[in-house]
Amino acid sequence: MFTDWIYLGIFLVIAFALPLAAITFAGVISPKKPNPIKDSIYECGIEPIGESRIQFKVQYYVYGLIFLVFDVETVLLFPWAVAYNQLTLFGVLEAVLFIAILAAALIYAWRKGALEWL
Amino acid sequence: MAVIWQNILTFLQGVLRFIGDPITILNQWLTGVLSGWGANATLIQVILAILGGASLVLGGLFFTVFLIWLERKVGGRFQDRLGPNRVGPWGLFQPLADMVKIFTKEYITPTGADKIPYNLAPVLSVGAVLAVIAVIPFASTIFGVNINVGVVYLMAVGAIGELGIIMAGLGSNNKYALIAGFRAVANLISYEVPMVLVLLIPVMFSGSLGMNDIARSQNVWYIFLAPLSAAIFFIASIAENSRAPFDLIEADSELVAGFNVEYSGLKFGMFYVADFLHSATAALIFATLFLGGWRGPGAESIPILGFIYLSVKATVVYFLILHIRFTVPRFRIDQMMNFNWKFLTPLALVVLAATAVVDKAIPSNLTALRIGVNWIVNIAIWVAADRLVRVVAPKRVVPEVARPRPLARPPLANPPQAAAEHEPGGEA
Amino acid sequence: MSAGQVIFLLVGAVTLGSGIAAVNARKMLHAALWLVLSLLGVAFIFALLEASFFAVVQVLVYIGAIAILIIFAVMLSRSSLTDEGTQTNPRWWLAALGLLILFVGICAAILLWPKVTSIPAPLPASATDLATLGKELVNPNGYLVPFELSSILLLATLVGAIYTAVEKKEEIKK
Repeated sequence: MFTDWIYLGIFLVIAFALPLAAITFAGVISPKKPNPIKDSIYECGIEPIGESRIQFKVQYYVYGLIFLVFDVETVLLFPWAVAYNQLTLFGVLEAVLFIAILAAALIYAWRKGALEWL
Repeated sequence: MAVIWQNILTFLQGVLRFIGDPITILNQWLTGVLSGWGANATLIQVILAILGGASLVLGGLFFTVFLIWLERKVGGRFQDRLGPNRVGPWGLFQPLADMVKIFTKEYITPTGADKIPYNLAPVLSVGAVLAVIAVIPFASTIFGVNINVGVVYLMAVGAIGELGIIMAGLGSNNKYALIAGFRAVANLISYEVPMVLVLLIPVMFSGSLGMNDIARSQNVWYIFLAPLSAAIFFIASIAENSRAPFDLIEADSELVAGFNVEYSGLKFGMFYVADFLHSATAALIFATLFLGGWRGPGAESIPILGFIYLSVKATVVYFLILHIRFTVPRFRIDQMMNFNWKFLTPLALVVLAATAVVDKAIPSNLTALRIGVNWIVNIAIWVAADRLVRVVAPKRVVPEVARPRPLARPPLANPPQAAAEHEPGGEA
Repeated sequence: MSAGQVIFLLVGAVTLGSGIAAVNARKMLHAALWLVLSLLGVAFIFALLEASFFAVVQVLVYIGAIAILIIFAVMLSRSSLTDEGTQTNPRWWLAALGLLILFVGICAAILLWPKVTSIPAPLPASATDLATLGKELVNPNGYLVPFELSSILLLATLVGAIYTAVEKKEEIKK
């Protein structure tokens, strides 16, 4: 039993292994002369202050959430899109209602100022 | 004598047939050879899959060398320079020389780096782009695999690339890298929304998620049926590649180089390869989804023609990406986010709903009517959106800050006429 | 053992192992990355079952959106979120005992079910056809109501998230 997925699995292994092999090979042939100055963190020549784990603002999280909602929406719409040619106009209108409800979500986010990058 | 001619003719026919459809013939020949050696059917398929996959991946990696040359050359011409022209004809071997050099460069690992994410990030970035090649149909018989969820697979693999960027940012122990990585991911996920929404339209028309099925079903190029969707997809795919005008990731002046500041040697090179290859695959995907893919006269019977058609279409798209990159200035991050969430995403939602309803209302055998009505609807949506933007969000006038600025060069002490007298010194 | 079984065991081991590592990781961000590997393992299992759509959707939604959301959430906090203390409780054996009983119970329940050893006939090709699912989703006698309700659920999610995230921010400003 040989399916497309086995082929894809083999392909993925090759696609990830080949760059890894190239990086390892370059690591073998390249020089290794580390020193503290060379290895220091590059922050425009200024000594780094504090640790690099800084606090991020909530905006990233809000965008991530809106993205998640739309992602799940499109995942639900993909089967509908595949069946599109076999549907009646009524079936299409139902999906339009589905899209409209999510458009309302986008409008809510917009009005609440969740889309502002400040 | 006649027999020899006959043989030569047969041979030439064979060669022509091979040129016309190399993959099928190679496949049959290798299967014959391997079964002659006594391998069973499954083993043969596995060996062929490994050979095919490796040649596609290696082909992609070496093609990048050419892409880098092309980008530098075209970029040079746009900026009134020559571009690389010393190594080899037209500087064609310059990226090869660069490749050899980058292999011998030292890996500098920053102190306090998180080793595993740091080292895995470049592999994930380039692997995710290479994995896309598996589902692109280059011709009716030349493709890695036509899985029945090809389009969703494209988006899923993109997610792995985003993970690579996050890992690079987190692993580098560098504030710039972290900020750039998170900004990059915020941009990528934002632009994925309109992209996936308009991606539904080719799926709707073709009734399949497989890339090759979508290419095969395009009796009319989908760009003619859904021009606005194609435009949204094109813009979003430029943003997904983080090319100019969306190249905030490598905004040199703000984030020193982006999430890959702390990388050196081939690890940096891998991000570079991923970047270039991503643009090329984006062009190929756009050509496949909206420009008919390998479809063209005679492509069904002679697959190599399909490959040529796809190459030509993808090259046109790629050139457009380059043209935009070298002529348009960069967005600010808030502008980029606003453009996506307040313009592109609502537009994509409206276009998707309108196309779905309109195309259903017209019987699909009236092709000319379908194209006409779809164009009218698309243009109407565009005009309405354009009006709406102008009314709702009028251009904000930025008051000019009128304060004297210090000049780098002090004003000339003597008037310019005096200087001009010394200027034309051609004879001297 | 066939090659498919070997691959399944390997993928299962990676999924479970990274799940355990996600719980045990000292650094919050490492835990998030282990979680990603675990979710990827689940996607591979879907692929092994030839549930193509679910495999790619698993990657698209869980890794592409939820894992990234978790990492964003981790970065919201000010502290570096490393766990310095001991990770076990003095009464850890009690939990282990409870888990063991639960595990044995579930195993017994599964093994006592007569159908567990029989291999069912493979599904017909039409069962994995996405168009069937798509048609059922908008069929008034099928799943139309859940389909539209899921949209409302997503709307509610967004409203709740924005209410908690954005409203609070304004209060702090005042």
